[in-house]
Amino acid sequence: MGILDLRLEKSNVVVTSLDNLLNWARLSSLWQMQFGLACCAIEMMAASASNFDIMRFGVIPRATPRQTDVMIVAGTVTIKMASRIKRLYDQMAEPRYVLSMGSCSNCGGPYWEHGYHVLKGVDRVIPVDVYIPGCPPRPEALLEGIMKLQEKVRQESIAKKSA
Amino acid sequence: MLTEFGRLFIFILLGIVFVAAGLITAWILRPHRPYPEKLKTYECGEEPIGNAWVRFNVRFYVIALIFLIFEVEIVFLFPWALVYRELGLFAFIEMAIFLIILLVGFAYVWAKGDLDWDKPRPEIPTVPRATPVEPSRATQAGTGLTQGAN
Repeated sequence: MGILDLRLEKSNVVVTSLDNLLNWARLSSLWQMQFGLACCAIEMMAASASNFDIMRFGVIPRATPRQTDVMIVAGTVTIKMASRIKRLYDQMAEPRYVLSMGSCSNCGGPYWEHGYHVLKGVDRVIPVDVYIPGCPPRPEALLEGIMKLQEKVRQESIAKKSA
Repeated sequence: MLTEFGRLFIFILLGIVFVAAGLITAWILRPHRPYPEKLKTYECGEEPIGNAWVRFNVRFYVIALIFLIFEVEIVFLFPWALVYRELGLFAFIEMAIFLIILLVGFAYVWAKGDLDWDKPRPEIPTVPRATPVEPSRATQAGTGLTQGAN
């Protein structure tokens, strides 16, 4: 718990204004952790390139989990990779988000039935915020996922959790 | 009126205030929930092995010294380039002499072999044994240690 985080009471004009400011700041600079695992990474690269230009959403690829807010799990999560994903997620600074991109990381995809080596969905090791369907999803779908995540971030609050 | 150094002082002060304000704001707003896995050293997702405070090879010391010399040279070259047009040929000759002095040092370092990076020879451990065994049979038997011994 930080100085302000989860300490203030809810339904207070100061808290809601602070929430608006903080959420706006956070959703406008969702720095992305580079996590290309399979062919979805190609679409992720295409989304970063000039045609789709993911940077206009403030999504900047970084090479270390310490500087990132969102982990885009793009591709097939093998069981060997799962422990690494868990560790990298743990090393990210809070608030952190996970965007599962493509069928493989959503649920195992084509490896669902006979893939002895594939994790059946990355949500078995880390909590996922947004699932992007597709095999692989087009870059537009990734942008849509980013916007969904921004909507989610917009609803957050630093007030005490009531429930 | 401010002197030139006064302006520099204001710049330094503003820099300190800017950085401190950012750090303090982040300290107030950020969530702070540390746990052992989060605080672990980042090694590309692998389990970190050993300490980050490893000793560097002593040979980097010479490289660092040489780097210092040429760094100072660059630092001197910048103001020289600024006033070069006013000073003309005199500045050129002056700087040429300076560079030649440094180049002599460079040549000395080079000739002395401080820039060579020769690896130490790998030490192959040998086991004294009573009966001599041919190397081929020794390796077949799984004792590759005896290759250097004859």
